[in-house]
Amino acid sequence: MSDRHPLDYPFDPQELLRKKKSLKRALIPAHGGGTFLDKKIAILGGSTTSEVKDLLELFLLRAGIRPAFYESEYNKYHEDVLFSAPELMEFKPDLVYVHTSSVNIGAWPTLNSGETEVDRLFEGCLASFKTFWDRIETTLRCPVIQNNFEEPWDRPLGNLDAWDHRGRSHYVARLNAAFAAEARKRPTLYLQDLHYLASEHGLRSWHDRNLWYLYKSALAYEAIPDLAYNLSRIIAAVFGLSRKCLVLDLDNTLWGGVIGDEGLQGLQLGPETPEGEIFSAIQAYAKTLKERGIILAICSKNEDNTAREGFSHPDTVLSLDDFTGFKANWLHKPANISALAAEINIGADSMVFLDDNPAERAIVRGQLMTVAVPELGPDASGYLDVLDRARYFETVSLSSDDLQRSAQYAMNAKLEQAGTQFADYDEFLKHLQMRAEIRGFQALYHDRITQLINKSNQFNVTTRRYTLNEVQAAAEAPDQVTLFGRLKDRFGDHGLISVVMGSVHGNDLKVDLWVMSCRVLKRGMEHAMLESLIAAARTKGLARLLGSYVPTPKNTMVKDLFTELGFEKIKRDDDGNAEFVYALKGPGARPRHHISVNPRN
Amino acid sequence: MGVRDRLQNVFRDVFDDDTIVLTGAMTADDIADWDSLTHISLVVAAEKEFKTRFILKEVKTLKNVGEFIAMIREKTGSDE
Repeated sequence: MSDRHPLDYPFDPQELLRKKKSLKRALIPAHGGGTFLDKKIAILGGSTTSEVKDLLELFLLRAGIRPAFYESEYNKYHEDVLFSAPELMEFKPDLVYVHTSSVNIGAWPTLNSGETEVDRLFEGCLASFKTFWDRIETTLRCPVIQNNFEEPWDRPLGNLDAWDHRGRSHYVARLNAAFAAEARKRPTLYLQDLHYLASEHGLRSWHDRNLWYLYKSALAYEAIPDLAYNLSRIIAAVFGLSRKCLVLDLDNTLWGGVIGDEGLQGLQLGPETPEGEIFSAIQAYAKTLKERGIILAICSKNEDNTAREGFSHPDTVLSLDDFTGFKANWLHKPANISALAAEINIGADSMVFLDDNPAERAIVRGQLMTVAVPELGPDASGYLDVLDRARYFETVSLSSDDLQRSAQYAMNAKLEQAGTQFADYDEFLKHLQMRAEIRGFQALYHDRITQLINKSNQFNVTTRRYTLNEVQAAAEAPDQVTLFGRLKDRFGDHGLISVVMGSVHGNDLKVDLWVMSCRVLKRGMEHAMLESLIAAARTKGLARLLGSYVPTPKNTMVKDLFTELGFEKIKRDDDGNAEFVYALKGPGARPRHHISVNPRN
Repeated sequence: MGVRDRLQNVFRDVFDDDTIVLTGAMTADDIADWDSLTHISLVVAAEKEFKTRFILKEVKTLKNVGEFIAMIREKTGSDE
């Protein structure tokens, strides 16, 4: 379809390879230049990486990230890091991508190798990667995306190769298990699962021996777009740009048939028919997304009560309370999706829209350019393949907060009902019995703190982003004040929902960052955070707090945050950048809230 | 469209330059961006365009565009 962007999944790899130059030319002005997230990415390759770099650049630009690259020379990845190549150190990457593959397993077991000899070989290979990662952790201090190993080109032992200790496939499997264990242990090491990618693509077309012999490319050119796209999704996740919400159509998307015409009994769902099984699988996949924290919503052309009736089907996997938003009516879908975004409090660029109807997809694409609308083939059994491989919801970790998030949204809905029973809002807040934990950063929470900093767009005064390493460094720096806030109330635990970071400049504490999850708006949590910030600044003997507001298209919500908290506005420029001051020794408005902070039990 | 025109379109796409006009004597020296890396892009794109595979020896010994066109004609049995 002509309105689809050629870089959106599913793409045509041949077209991208052939037209990469003109595609890049068109992407740069398309984004307006100013709104890209600039990131420095070092590609350290065990093979030629220039084509990978070119394709990665296209996909990152499409995702709103403008990369600057450092590229190690062919197979100099190890030396660059171990001997701290000056160009690499000066480049100061925000992220390192280590593109190694089975061709970089220098020494393989031989048929004469005994088991202990293979063990020694394995330990040696693993040790060299461990030294390499250690070195990156201490010198570059940035996230690392590392490839594991794809299956080897050939298997001289045939099927025995998979289970004999000398087998190459067996050796690859051992190394991959060890890489996975290392990635679990090291908080800033992420794996790109080359093993899965190559298998999914098909090993026969993944490898191209000619390209290896001629140009030292570890994979066939036509596989490079798959590799680069997948990588761009991990990078987007590391920098907090993954999507958050899946908007679903109903008829012929979540069940087979049209409920308004065929009624509940006429729907294809459940194990009785092949078609029914397809839709059960789609529902089960959506349910899993929801359980890991992705928000689900419905947008369907139907009568509301008819649409809801579908979820009383005996074989339904999803139920009505799985959805945070539900729009079943006869309005245009773009209008409904915009309304959903406003209700759920997320940007349209966080949404994915799944609909079997090509016309609806085209309308949404045409009017809401930032919503991802995957093109689906005519066969419903292929929907999940597209949704899964497009990797919209890629995540680099699963925090317990992610797993609880859907419960929290449901809880908020309950709360809204409770709120209507109280005459005044203070009364309601008291009734909530809120308890907060507000403290300096603790290692246990560094992952979640980083995630919150990079995901928050709305309640975010400066929209500064920090990597995990920067969060760790700030926690230890003597001239920094760091605070995280967790909140509980009588209905449940909201988890870690606010972060404030400040730096000492003379007698002032400059607030560098202040973010809060929109789940806990209007609870007074920002007042409780300020109270703790004041206490921390006073402990350091400081005289003033300085706040600043840097406008973005998404953060108007906190334009007046500082004045509402009792700061005085001292500056504002034409672009809306503003600065505020709060005297710690003067009378300054005392924060008022109904939260018990750091209670004993 | 003949082999030469189709290959010319491949060149135009790969180099993002619509002014390229292929001649038989043209070599890598005649196009500024034509280095060993873009050469692979050209070969891969030409393989897809003409739905054929070149073997290693063929790719290495190409001297100019004329030979490229001749090789494609031979592989695809086209005399256009």
